[in-house]
Amino acid sequence: MNAPTYNFAYLDEQTKRMIRRAILKAIAIPGYQVPFASREMPMPYGWGTGGVQVTAAILGPKDVLKVIDQGSDDTTNAISIRKFFAKTAGVETTTSTDAATVIQTRHRIPEAPLRAGQVLVYQVPIPEPLRFLEPRETETRRMHALAEYGLMHVKLYEDIARFGHIATSYAYPVKVNARYVMDPSPTPKFDNPKMDNCPALQLFGAGREKRIYAIPPYTPVVSLDFEDHPFTRYKFDAPCALCGAEESYLDEIVTDDKGSRMFVCSDTDYCEGRQAAGHRGVESAAPHKEAANG
Amino acid sequence: MAAMTIELQPGFADKVLSAQSTFRTVMEAMARPGQAMPVLDVVDGPSSMMAGVAALALTLLDQDTPVWLDHAFASAPDVGAWLKFHTGAPIVARPDAATFALIAKPASLPDLASFALGTPEYPDRSTTLIMQVSSLTAGQTFHLRGPGIDGTTALTATIEPCDLFARLSINEALFPRGVDMILVDGRSLVAIPRTTRLASSGV
Repeated sequence: MNAPTYNFAYLDEQTKRMIRRAILKAIAIPGYQVPFASREMPMPYGWGTGGVQVTAAILGPKDVLKVIDQGSDDTTNAISIRKFFAKTAGVETTTSTDAATVIQTRHRIPEAPLRAGQVLVYQVPIPEPLRFLEPRETETRRMHALAEYGLMHVKLYEDIARFGHIATSYAYPVKVNARYVMDPSPTPKFDNPKMDNCPALQLFGAGREKRIYAIPPYTPVVSLDFEDHPFTRYKFDAPCALCGAEESYLDEIVTDDKGSRMFVCSDTDYCEGRQAAGHRGVESAAPHKEAANG
Repeated sequence: MAAMTIELQPGFADKVLSAQSTFRTVMEAMARPGQAMPVLDVVDGPSSMMAGVAALALTLLDQDTPVWLDHAFASAPDVGAWLKFHTGAPIVARPDAATFALIAKPASLPDLASFALGTPEYPDRSTTLIMQVSSLTAGQTFHLRGPGIDGTTALTATIEPCDLFARLSINEALFPRGVDMILVDGRSLVAIPRTTRLASSGV
């Protein structure tokens, strides 16, 4: 007798059909949150159950899957999701943005430009951009129906009144195709311009909140702002300490308990690619050598 | 009633992977409106049903999706039985109760407002129309624009009714409510989601 195996990509076929229908409606109505019957997955909420379900519904045997967590291919979350699909779907996995056909991401958009034919799947914790302003789902539904987004502008204005600038630095609200205000998931606002007119398809899955939404390729995505306080990207004012990149999003790494720190690219694939091409930062180490025992 | 035995046509040879590859085709089509995409894993469905429509039905329909058939499909002896056997989708008489509408002869397409258009709060609760058209390679050229299209794209097709895009202007008037459409010629698909607009048309 054969040992029991998983269905291809874990989910049963009826669940995949339900998710696939939601994805088609999400693409047809850019930025609108389509409810779906989210399943329990073999990982806790907050670990990307929404993104995993979207990936499972679209993934095929010819796909090459990349998973990143805060830009890194090497964190527990990214590795475990890659292993999950390698085991249940047998797909090839990669850390290269360029080689991937499906990229599941938590909280970053890769630095390397995406191309047509690629699919970027976002893990989303709270899909409703108005949720912290209006807790009732019935009300936020109506606000989206009426395109009544004044409250969001008040929130950004209160930032300016309190801090002198729009202090929202991640999950920065965007307007998709001049209609729906959408939460881009907790990506840094540095990444917001990459969503605009992107050649790749962008899908968003929120498992706990049971919502799927999408940005089709070549769709206008505008970060909300004011004429006198235009949207600005934000990054640490330093080059990457390992590859010297000036234009990438940086993580701050505390290196000791005396206040020393270094800034490195959050996108590990981008940083390693630059280092392999010969770019060096101020703290580029010589090739790693094991210390002699004793 | 005289018993009539109908030899049902088969479904996908590999339910899982054929549905996946067909879904990726229709997802790409929906993400790039106006561009023809080929269905790779086709089945020999009912004789009046194009291979692309049969593959879409097996990929997207199940017991949760009421389906409406136009007169040509509804009166074909094998279509209803084939859909029920392979998908379990309930066949409904009212187009506004349908998640999907399968249309064999779009020349007699009913008024688009008779389908489900969704509500302002839930615009996704709308009918997706799957229509068999005469050609997606020859005929009139339509220049389309909208999300998924880099600038404009040209769709050359022979579509009846010939005023289809004029009828689709309800999508612009009602947005975000509206209907999404998948045009099928043989095994080739073109999607016209509700955001797609006619930039210009010529011969």
